[in-house]
Amino acid sequence: MASGRSWNWFHRMGSPRWFYETTGRWLPWLWVLTLALMITGLVWGLAFAPQDAKQGNSFRIIYLHVPASFLALAGYYIMAIAGAVGLIWKMKLSYMVMKSAAPIGAALTFLALFTGAVWGKPTWGTYWVWDARITSMLILLFLYLGVLALQYAFHSREAGNKASAILALVGTVNIPIIYKSVDWWYTLHQPATIKLTSAPSMHPDMFQPLLVMILALYSFYALALILFTRAEILQRESKTGWVRELAQQAHPAQSAGVTK
Amino acid sequence: MMGASGGFSAYVRRDLLLAYRRRGEAASPIIFFLLVSTLIPLGVSPDSARLAELAPGIIWVMALLATLLSTESLFASDYQDGSLEQMLITPQLLVLPVLGKVTAHWLVTGLPLTLVSPVIGVMLSLPTAGTVPMMASLALGTACLSLIGAVGAALTVSLRKGGLLLSVLVIPLYMPVIIFGSASVQSAIDGLNWFGPLAVLGAMLSAAIVLCPLAIAGALRLVSNN
Amino acid sequence: MPILWHNVPRKNNQIAEKSLPTESLLTVDELAYERDDCNVFNPINLVVEAGDILQIEGANGAGKTTLMRLLTSALQQTSGSIAYQGQSIAQCRYEYLADILYIGHQSGTKMGLSPAENLRWMSPASTSKADITHALENLGLAGYTDVPCYSLSAGQHRRVALARLATSQAKIWYLDEPFTAIDKQGVKAIEKQLQNHAEQGGAVVLSTHQDLALDTVRKYSIEAHADRGALQ
Repeated sequence: MASGRSWNWFHRMGSPRWFYETTGRWLPWLWVLTLALMITGLVWGLAFAPQDAKQGNSFRIIYLHVPASFLALAGYYIMAIAGAVGLIWKMKLSYMVMKSAAPIGAALTFLALFTGAVWGKPTWGTYWVWDARITSMLILLFLYLGVLALQYAFHSREAGNKASAILALVGTVNIPIIYKSVDWWYTLHQPATIKLTSAPSMHPDMFQPLLVMILALYSFYALALILFTRAEILQRESKTGWVRELAQQAHPAQSAGVTK
Repeated sequence: MMGASGGFSAYVRRDLLLAYRRRGEAASPIIFFLLVSTLIPLGVSPDSARLAELAPGIIWVMALLATLLSTESLFASDYQDGSLEQMLITPQLLVLPVLGKVTAHWLVTGLPLTLVSPVIGVMLSLPTAGTVPMMASLALGTACLSLIGAVGAALTVSLRKGGLLLSVLVIPLYMPVIIFGSASVQSAIDGLNWFGPLAVLGAMLSAAIVLCPLAIAGALRLVSNN
Repeated sequence: MPILWHNVPRKNNQIAEKSLPTESLLTVDELAYERDDCNVFNPINLVVEAGDILQIEGANGAGKTTLMRLLTSALQQTSGSIAYQGQSIAQCRYEYLADILYIGHQSGTKMGLSPAENLRWMSPASTSKADITHALENLGLAGYTDVPCYSLSAGQHRRVALARLATSQAKIWYLDEPFTAIDKQGVKAIEKQLQNHAEQGGAVVLSTHQDLALDTVRKYSIEAHADRGALQ
């Protein structure tokens, strides 16, 4: 069975236990990487990068706003791909990843909207404008909330998983359409009073810390996704032998009482 | 086993007949559409200039809500009486009956909404240049809404209180439709080319006809029997 | 993405190739179904030959309805295989579904249609109007054929669904609790139909708590899996 062997890695990857143990070895490194990138990026961006000529110090919120928006969108695709893998190969682990990606993505989308609003006040004089990018972000938040709401609406976990995976896939097909539509809608209605401070060519001194922060948030996202998925694995596999053993190692006295 | 009933047109005919037998229920989206339009002048202003300005958007939002209201029941009675289960085990591809049911849904809601929209246009002082584009965009747009809404209806069919959840799921997906729908009316009123947005709606409808039945069939198979 | 509309059990594609074509109408091998990581019943092995009437027995909640839905491919098994005339039903899906008839807990009748319209809808296209009237009258629905179904009783609803047995050309009948709300005479009439069908080379798989007044009935008991007891 040659074909069987070549697919072995794939099936092993689908084993929650394998995932738990492997990521357990990665975790310390990922923590160090995330913290190092985050601290470097924040200190560099907030303290050392030059002020913006027009906006002064208020522009510095982009060091959180831009990476959060990136990850919010990328996170939706990660969630949808995990859901698709679950639907096609019936892999339990990938449903767990999908389920974990939803709240993280929703939180990042909210962060992007919130930092956008905070940035908007000094820049445009208002917390909210119906700008194309903000509106798209808001719709993205609604898409995330739909997936989350559907996930928990079912008594059966399996039904919830499959339903939200299908919805995430439908959303994925729609996101480019929504973005293009909203873009087009905005050019149609663009109010003359509000000018976006678009900076096509950012000064390298400003851009480099942004790059570090983008990497930091990617690393943070991976960390959060792994931690959420591990928690989900422990919850779902709590009846299996290896999780009980794990619990016994962690709290020998308590678990002994529980298993009796 | 089920003979011709597995096919597209059999489902269209059956659902139309069922809708005809429950005319009162089938008419409620239209009545809702007319009712809410009387709220607008009461809530905003009877001034025809202000109404005219808002009319394209308002008519589109109301058509969207009226379609949404009727979408919940798309698969509900089939689920309750067991005919959905029978539909799942027909030898034909599931997309055919699914497309048949959605077509019947559009014929019962979207098409009548399109046909009564000029009346509401007059009531809301919609400039006459907008009437034909409104009808054309509603005809294409409500078909998109029926297809997209059916995905949500299929996903929530086994939930007892799926209605509110359904709107949370599908309203974000409706947004491109309402953007181009009301834009084509607005463009016509402003004397601009309104075929462009209408063509985009047509493109969306073609994509929806291809993709939505797959998602609906998948949802019915994987979710409705859990 | 065929997965969206086809129920293809991917793990079991080889099984049909391995097993030689046999005379058995239906072969179920180590069939298992998990709901939320929890086995519903102990693995099921059974063979249905032409002429069989197989009664599925089991306590409430043992998984009889789940088994019926697996056999009709409305649900997809977690493991094991179902073969129709020696071929996995995933591979001969069209032929299989064209050869089975399923009447579930919900009868599938539409309230807004009359019994005649309902039966017309659920019968093969070639069924004549006289056949439909005859089938309904045989089950005691004479005089009700053209009234709307919402004015009928629960037992009469069931009878409308069961009238499909007379018009059907399917080889295997799957009947889930067919006698619910049916009176004694009705039960007798249906039993007779089951017997006729078996004698003509068809097969019947039914779940019921009632004892059938047929001598040829085979019984198969299913048990809830230990997993499910542990959860509660």
